[in-house]
Amino acid sequence: MTLKLALEKKAQANQPPGTPPGPAAADLQMRMKISDLNFYYGSKQALFGINLGVAANRITALIGPSGCGKSTLLRTLNRMHETIREARWEGEVLLDDENILALDVTQLRRRVGMVFQKANPFPKSIYENVAYGLRINGYRGSLEEAVERSLVRAALWEEVKDQLHKSAYGLSGGQQQRLCIARALAVDPEVLLLDEPCSALDPVNTAKIEELLFQLRQNCTLLMVTHNMQQAARVSEFTAFVLNGQLIEFKPTPQLFTTPADPRTEAYITGRFG
Amino acid sequence: MNFRSSWRKIVNAAMLSLTGLCALVAVAALFFILGYLVWHGGKALSWDFFTRLPKPVGEAGGGMANAIVGSAKLLLLASLIGLPIGFLAGVYLAEFGGRTFAFLVRYTTDLLNGVPSIVIGIFAYTIVVLPMRHFSTLAGGIALGVMMIPIAVRSTEEFLRLVPRSLREGAMALGASRWKMIATVVVPAAYRGILTAALLALARVAGETAPLLFTAFGNRFWSPGWGQPTASLPVMIFTYAVAPYEDWHQQAWAAGLVLLGLVLLTNVAARAVLSRGMFVHRS
Amino acid sequence: MATAPIAVGHAGRGWRPRALLRRLRSGDEIAHLVTLLFAGSVILITSLLVYELWVNSALSRHKFGWAFFGTRVWDPIFEQFGALPFIYGTLVTSFLALLVAVPLGLGAAIFLAELAPPRVSSALTFVIELLAAVPSVIYGLLAVFTLVPLLREHVEPFLRATLGFLPLFQGPMYGVGFLAGGLVLALMVVPFIISVSREVLLAVPGHQREAALALGATRWETTWKAVVPYARAGILGSVFLALARALGETMAVTMVIGNNPQISASLFAPGYSIAAVIANEFTEATGDLYLAALIELALALFLLTFLLNGLARLLILLTTQRGTSHE
Repeated sequence: MTLKLALEKKAQANQPPGTPPGPAAADLQMRMKISDLNFYYGSKQALFGINLGVAANRITALIGPSGCGKSTLLRTLNRMHETIREARWEGEVLLDDENILALDVTQLRRRVGMVFQKANPFPKSIYENVAYGLRINGYRGSLEEAVERSLVRAALWEEVKDQLHKSAYGLSGGQQQRLCIARALAVDPEVLLLDEPCSALDPVNTAKIEELLFQLRQNCTLLMVTHNMQQAARVSEFTAFVLNGQLIEFKPTPQLFTTPADPRTEAYITGRFG
Repeated sequence: MNFRSSWRKIVNAAMLSLTGLCALVAVAALFFILGYLVWHGGKALSWDFFTRLPKPVGEAGGGMANAIVGSAKLLLLASLIGLPIGFLAGVYLAEFGGRTFAFLVRYTTDLLNGVPSIVIGIFAYTIVVLPMRHFSTLAGGIALGVMMIPIAVRSTEEFLRLVPRSLREGAMALGASRWKMIATVVVPAAYRGILTAALLALARVAGETAPLLFTAFGNRFWSPGWGQPTASLPVMIFTYAVAPYEDWHQQAWAAGLVLLGLVLLTNVAARAVLSRGMFVHRS
Repeated sequence: MATAPIAVGHAGRGWRPRALLRRLRSGDEIAHLVTLLFAGSVILITSLLVYELWVNSALSRHKFGWAFFGTRVWDPIFEQFGALPFIYGTLVTSFLALLVAVPLGLGAAIFLAELAPPRVSSALTFVIELLAAVPSVIYGLLAVFTLVPLLREHVEPFLRATLGFLPLFQGPMYGVGFLAGGLVLALMVVPFIISVSREVLLAVPGHQREAALALGATRWETTWKAVVPYARAGILGSVFLALARALGETMAVTMVIGNNPQISASLFAPGYSIAAVIANEFTEATGDLYLAALIELALALFLLTFLLNGLARLLILLTTQRGTSHE
């Protein structure tokens, strides 16, 4: 065992569970903390004892082969599973040290937004799509300003500013996904959950969105599920590798990809499976 | 080519023609009905028809103004009863339904749908006409409204179910509670289908005669308010067609043309809207 | 559970404080309750309907019992009521209607589902569905002025001349009667047979057709020997649906059946159906027994159509499910 590794192990031992190890880890604030999360679909267990800290104002990536539980984990954080009858979970999930179960679910979802794999704009105008979250949450400021702000943050404003009242379905796939991001941003969430946001998009649009995610870090914490390792390596500061419902490894991104500790991680990132 | 093979080809061609003929007969029937009505009804249509009251028996002339207004009132009442009940029950089935209760509701809806219209007329008679001791627009409206319920329930449920799950999840992820999601995303997405289905239901009951025979009954004059018997187009057609007066027959044709025209136009328009698809751009 | 108002969100952005947790949650619960109540009202209305039919026919049921359905006499003056003539008339006209409508409808359905090119098929289907939207009274109107004279002057004499040895085609020819009733019913019922049969045929999985075609069958042979037998149950279901519809059909039949409560072997004779007698005599019914007898007829009609519809739907379900289970 090298000295460096030993030092890291020691530093890690002193951290609370789920803290991403690595330099300056102790300085990082955790926007969300997941402790001992077990998830069940009926009698089948999908997640086993997950401990994870989502660093504030950083991008954390969740990688792993399909069906390993990444999306399940993501959806637990904004309690989207409550729409499914047989789903239940144990453990603790904190948002800014508040238990998410103690919060009202609609409030939680305003603070923890979600962008889905396939863009799902409403059959309304572009303006109405972005304004939707504002309206239902009772926003008291100027809707127009808020809509413009969100579209600017989502790097879509210039392309749609003259056609705000046209249907959202007239936009291209990449634009629709950016619209969905703008829609999620409009309610000013603290955390943004992204479930493979670029998997249905071409490389050009993917690049646009990746760049915009990078900009969003300033005011937002991002947790992104991706099956594209290059994307995780490009975009995120921290990466968690999930396999068969277990969190195998969680490190700053460069470390996970260059010096993975677990052989399974290494096997996955070198493409031996998944 | 042996005999057997060419015989089979002959049979094939013959059956193609025969079945095609069957289809053609059915289609021709519609055109015959339309043509006949346009010919005879068109001759009898006049300004008087729309504006005058019926003349006393035996006198020539007059019109069906009261029947037109009567039908309109009946349909209005029927919509007020049938559409809200049907719509909300449909929302329940599509969005909230528990297993057994929803099954029961669907089963009864189908049952109600199959009840002959004259039996529904009797039902309205027993619950409205008997207590009131006289015929009324109210009774007729209730009878027609009850007939609209199953149609509204089924089509509301069907169109709500067509709204994709991804839209519902998108709304919920933004913090919408269940009922807000339904009211602000799901229903607006499905509203075209639901609206046209409502129109179709209306067109269907607009032509119903049997349930009105002993609820709204009929009236040679204007029917004020909702508590008096009222004339209606379908009942007038029936009464005039079976009567011995040639003048009345003419008016029956005219009324038939008006009624059929409205019903068919509504049907064609509704189907055209439906075929354009559900999510149309709001520009 | 918080009792104080929870203000969420960043200060200065202007979020409306969401007052009580309770109020939020009850929004969903209110919606659930309201829609549930309206859904329940459908059950309530239907139950009330059956109840009213039952209760208001009590007088007649208690007086005549089951004999009601076997008695030929319908005499309002002496208050003797029997349902047999109407059952007879309803059955004869419906049976006749099916005799004409099933071959015609099935033939058309086969053409539209299997043999016609798609654009022709959808155009024709559209027109035929419009036929189903034509109100009953319009059919009656046309029948009175076209079908009845046609029967009286041409068809019935022809039938008498050629097939007059059969009791079916004997007796005076008025034009109105069982034959007229049956024929107009046939036309009204044909669109239903066509549309349901067509859907049932379209639901037959493609591999059935392909198997037959691959063996060298002609289009017709494929249809008649592979597709139609597979859809047998569903087609039967469509027939039952049409029958249920025919039984309850009122106006058109009332206008051409002749309104005579008699049982006659001849199709030329005027008769009566359950729906027709109710339509004609309900408002003239003097006396509670008279009315109760008519309502008992309505109850019988209701039960009959209920059973038929249930059977029909089961059969149709069987065919369409069979198709998917084999995929």
